Amino acid sequence: MEPMVEVRGLVNRFGTQVVHEGLDMQVNADEVFGIVGGSGSGKSVLLRTILGLQRPVAGSVRIQGHDITRMSEAELRPIKAGYGVAFQQGALYSGLTVLQNVQLPMIEHLSLPADALEGLALLKIRLVGLAEDAATKYPAQLSGGMVKRAAVARALALDPRLLFLDEPTSGLDPVSAAAFDDLVLYLQQHLKLTIVMITHDLDSIFRTCNRVGVIVDGAMETDTLERIVEHPNPWIQAYFHGERAQARAGAAHGA
Amino acid sequence: MRRTTEGLELGLKGEWSAPEVAGVEAALAAVDVASAPVISIDASGISRLELSGAWVLRGFIQRARRAGAQVSFRGAPPDQLRLVEQTLAEPPAGPAELASPPPQPPEPGARALVAIGRYAVRTGHDMVQALTFLGRVCITFVASLAQPRRLRPISIARHVYDTGITAMPIVALIAFLISVILAYLSAQQLLGLGADIYVVDLVTIGVLRELAVLLTAIIVAGRTGSAFAAEIGSMELNEEVAALTASAADPIELLIVPRIIGLAIALPLLTVVADLIGIAGGGLLCRFLLDMPLTQYVNRVNESISATTFWVGIIKAPVFAVLIAFAGCYRGMQVRGSARALGHMVTVAVVQAIFLVILADALFAVLFMKMNI
Repeated sequence: MEPMVEVRGLVNRFGTQVVHEGLDMQVNADEVFGIVGGSGSGKSVLLRTILGLQRPVAGSVRIQGHDITRMSEAELRPIKAGYGVAFQQGALYSGLTVLQNVQLPMIEHLSLPADALEGLALLKIRLVGLAEDAATKYPAQLSGGMVKRAAVARALALDPRLLFLDEPTSGLDPVSAAAFDDLVLYLQQHLKLTIVMITHDLDSIFRTCNRVGVIVDGAMETDTLERIVEHPNPWIQAYFHGERAQARAGAAHGA
Repeated sequence: MRRTTEGLELGLKGEWSAPEVAGVEAALAAVDVASAPVISIDASGISRLELSGAWVLRGFIQRARRAGAQVSFRGAPPDQLRLVEQTLAEPPAGPAELASPPPQPPEPGARALVAIGRYAVRTGHDMVQALTFLGRVCITFVASLAQPRRLRPISIARHVYDTGITAMPIVALIAFLISVILAYLSAQQLLGLGADIYVVDLVTIGVLRELAVLLTAIIVAGRTGSAFAAEIGSMELNEEVAALTASAADPIELLIVPRIIGLAIALPLLTVVADLIGIAGGGLLCRFLLDMPLTQYVNRVNESISATTFWVGIIKAPVFAVLIAFAGCYRGMQVRGSARALGHMVTVAVVQAIFLVILADALFAVLFMKMNI
C-alpha cells in the first residue's frame, strides 16, 4: 500500500543554519507515527514543510502519492482538504465560537445547507468528547484541554484520512493528557485514520504510537517503538533512558 | 434504486465523504419515502464511507422511519453509522454544567428602554474606568518624577523615534499640500480685492496657529494611536501584561508612561517641522502664483506674525499628544479574548483620539479668544 506521507532527502537551511540534511521519513496508512526531537531539532520546520507552508531547499514531500514541493497553491488546495491539522496552541479563530470554527472549513470546501453544516459540526464536536454546550463558547472561554479537542474537531471537519497533531498533550495535566491519548486511539481505530504526531510526552508515545521517528543531526531515525529505544545514538538513549524516563518506568513499576 | 412490490431497494455506491456529501444529501432528499413501506439498503457498494456520509445516511433513515417506513440493511449496517449513533447518543463527556433558566425577554416597548439603560450604565462604567486609569497614570508619572531612572529614558527615546522621526516625511508632505491649498484658495478670493498681500497673512497665521498642529495631531492619531492600541492590545492577548504584573513590574510605568512622554516630546517637534514646511510652501506658491518676490514674502511674514502666533500653536501639541497616547494605551489595555476585540479597540482608539484632539482644539480656540491672543 502506498505510504500516506513520504519524505525523501529533505534539506532545509536558514542562512548558514542547517536544519535538515537529507531527512527521510515514511508514514504508512493506519498507523500512529510519532515525531520526536530535541528543542531546535527542526520538528516544527518539518511539519511546516509537510503541510506545504514552507518550501524545502531540496528533497521531495509526497502526501498520498502527490509531490507537494512542486505544486502551485491552486494544485495544493485539494491535497490540503484531504488532511487535518491541530496546531499546538489550538489556533482556533478567536472571534468565532467552537461551532463556527468547525464549520469554517466545511463552508470553504463544501456546499451544504445551513442545518446540515450545523449537524455535521456538532457530530464532530461530540466525536472528540466535547459537550454540546461547548459549541456555543468562544475559544477564550475554554480550558486548555477543551481547546485541544476543539482543534481536533476542526481538523476532522472534512473527513480527512490523515491527521497531524502538533504537541497535542503539551500544557495538559496528566489526567487530561491520558484522556487525550485515549481520544487519539479511539479516533484512529474508528475512523481508520493515519495520525502523525509531534510530541515530547513519553507516556503519549508509549500509549499511542506504532512507530517513532527521532530527528537527530538533521536526519531521522525511524523504527518501531520496541526497537527505537535500543538505538545506540546517545541522544536517543538519553531521551528514552534518561532520568525522567527512569522516573516514569519506576513509577509504572511501583503502581 | 429499485422499486419492488413492497417498497424500495437502495443500492448505495461511490464515495461518501465530506467533499461528496452535498451531492449525496441532495440525492437522498429526492427519494420519496412516503410511498415505500419497506426500504432495504445495501451499503456494500460504497467505496469510502466517512462520518459525514454516515451522518447524512442516518438523517435519511430517520426521515424514512418518521414517515412510517421499515428500514433494514441487506447485510450488516456499516460501522460508521453505528459510530455516529454512539457519538450522538453518549452523554456529554464532562460534568454537565447546571443550566440556568434563560432570562425572560422584555416587552417590545420596554426593550428600547432597556437598551438605553444598558448603554447609559455601560458608558458610565467606561467613564469611571477611564478616569481610574488616568488617575493611575498620573500617580505613576508623579511618583517616577522623584526617581528619574523609573522614567525609562531609553524606552522614551525609542518612542520619540518611532512616533516622531519616522513620521516626518508624511507630516512634511501634508503640511506642504495644506499650505498650498490655503494659499491658492485665499489668493483666488483676495486677488479680486487687490489685497493679495494678505494671502501671506492668511497662510502663515492659519498654518502656525491652527492647521499645522491640528493636521499633524490627526495624522499622528491615525498612525501612532492605532499602533499603541494594537501593540498593547496584542500584549494583553498574549498575557504579556499579566506577566509584567505578576513579576511585580507596573505595566503602567513600563508601557504607558514612556509612550505618553515620548509622544508628548515628538508631537511638538513634528509641529515645528509642519510649521516650517507650511510657511515654505506658502512662499513657493506666492512666488509662482502671485509673482511675489521671496524677499517681500519673508518681510510680510515678519510683519504679520509675532512670537505669540507660533507659541499659540505649539502649546497645543503636547496636550494633543497626551490625549492621543492616552486613548491608544487605554483602549489597548481593554482588549480581551479575541482578535476581533483587538480590531474593535484599535478602531475605538483612533476615533476617540481624533475626536478628543478636535474637541480640545475647539476649547483652545475659545480660551485664546477670551484671553485676546
